[in-house]
Amino acid sequence: MRAMAYRGPYKVRVEEKDVPGIEHPNDAVVRVVRAAICGSDLHLYHGMMPDTRIGHTFGHEFVGVVEKVGPSVQNLQVGDRVMVPFNIYCGTCFFCARGLYSNCHNVNPNATAVGGIYGYSHTTGGYDGGQAEYVRVPFADVGPSVIPDWMSDDDAVLMTDALATGYFGAQLADIAEGDTVAVLGAGPVGLFAARSAWLMGAGRVIVVDQLEYRLEKAREFAYAETRNFAEFDDIVVELKKATDGLGADRVIEAVGAEADGNLVQHVTAAKLKLQGGSPVALNWAIDGVRKGGTVSVMGAYGPIFSAVKFGDAMNKGLTLRMNQAPAKRQWPRLLEHIQAGYLTPSDVVTHHIPLEHIAEGYHLMSAKLDGCIKPLIVPSTD
Amino acid sequence: MPYTADKPPLPESPDELRARIPGWGADLDPADRPQVPRERFDLPTGAHWDLPDPQPETYPRERSIEHERLTPVFGTAQPPRGLSGVIRRYSYERFSEARAAHWLLLIAADRVDAAEAHLRSMATLRPDNPITQTGVLSEPRRHPVASRRGRVDVRHQVLDPLIVAGPWVAGALVAVAAARAARRRS
Repeated sequence: MRAMAYRGPYKVRVEEKDVPGIEHPNDAVVRVVRAAICGSDLHLYHGMMPDTRIGHTFGHEFVGVVEKVGPSVQNLQVGDRVMVPFNIYCGTCFFCARGLYSNCHNVNPNATAVGGIYGYSHTTGGYDGGQAEYVRVPFADVGPSVIPDWMSDDDAVLMTDALATGYFGAQLADIAEGDTVAVLGAGPVGLFAARSAWLMGAGRVIVVDQLEYRLEKAREFAYAETRNFAEFDDIVVELKKATDGLGADRVIEAVGAEADGNLVQHVTAAKLKLQGGSPVALNWAIDGVRKGGTVSVMGAYGPIFSAVKFGDAMNKGLTLRMNQAPAKRQWPRLLEHIQAGYLTPSDVVTHHIPLEHIAEGYHLMSAKLDGCIKPLIVPSTD
Repeated sequence: MPYTADKPPLPESPDELRARIPGWGADLDPADRPQVPRERFDLPTGAHWDLPDPQPETYPRERSIEHERLTPVFGTAQPPRGLSGVIRRYSYERFSEARAAHWLLLIAADRVDAAEAHLRSMATLRPDNPITQTGVLSEPRRHPVASRRGRVDVRHQVLDPLIVAGPWVAGALVAVAAARAARRRS
């Protein structure tokens, strides 16, 4: 089969690989119909995530058709059109039993601090991902769901992470009616978080980014006020000015490890790998939220230390909430919102890239060219 | 003006927001939010086991020493190999996730892995090509100048070619120096 393969920082290609087999009785093999490049894939692509091995196939956002099932699979059949949450999880461990699917303890031998994720290095379990023609799906009775007939592949692939994470991020912000919510980052997760904040009764939503085309999308798609941090000497002061000097009630950080806005932080983290991630957006969140407020962190960071302004968080009495989203837990309510027209996931899709052109797709997303917000990958078998 | 107890006035009322924004307030009640409460025992998962069957361990699978045992399911992509594999295994066997040394060794192993893979690729019909693999050849049709106008990240994007090409140039220089030294000795 054809599959994306990592060849070192900033380098990927398509390789011929063996079609995955059934390695566990509850495995399935899925033929991929749509995959996506996530902003967090860029952390792998840039060589920031420890134990990203040469030849690894990335891709934790994908949908497809069940090609093969293991002997203990009961809930799926060959031919089913399925969406697969980016989390790999068993359904019965201490954490899964409590609904913390993204923190499953039974799927990642490489680390206890993170659960299993498709195509996201060996630090999350060493599973090849879905930017390929076929992918192994462990615990097929637990993770995947049949896609409703009325839902398009482009909408469904966004359910697997970006939409679910944005919606989850808005929930973790503990939004009450009339709250002023600042969202840092106007990528897909930030856009979905901003849109979701209104569902929870936000009184104002302010989206911050430096890419003007994404801010335009935030105004049009997420009905938000926007601030381009490149136009301000200090975006924290601007957030304070916008809130009568108090700060936003809730801040959702949807940027993560490669945050810009402070050259030293960015270069030490993203270029020199001396931090687990550039905490610029996280520090802006801590300083831009009001005292007693909530910061919801959806940005992904590596496991090494980062220079986070923890003293401010403590002195301000903040609630910091974060996790990888348990995507499937969001799905029943998200399906209701999509059917009602409240959420329109594929509106953020900007590019469809053939798998054979995967290097172009990564460069486009990494360098933010051509108005790129969400590129989808289309395998040749589609 | 001193700060007061009042919340700053909002530009729009709830009714105005409801009229302007599809679904405004649909999840106002926390009971409608899937994450409330954070820990729930009543969610159906589809699992029909108490303990998952163990996946066969076909090679000595590296694992965090913070785990009591190998997890029942694990990825089998890219088993450790070569010098990078030795470094990775040492990192997993010696240091917990709490130790910076664990992660720094793994990052070092990633760089060694890349060098080993590049060298191996030279002996194949498809050697690594840092130009095609970076996707930069697509730049001309993706509005490279207009897309970068007014962005603060342009300041450090000039480092990217150095990060990609630097090791290749250094490797070539080392190879040339080694060849010259060998010629001098012979």
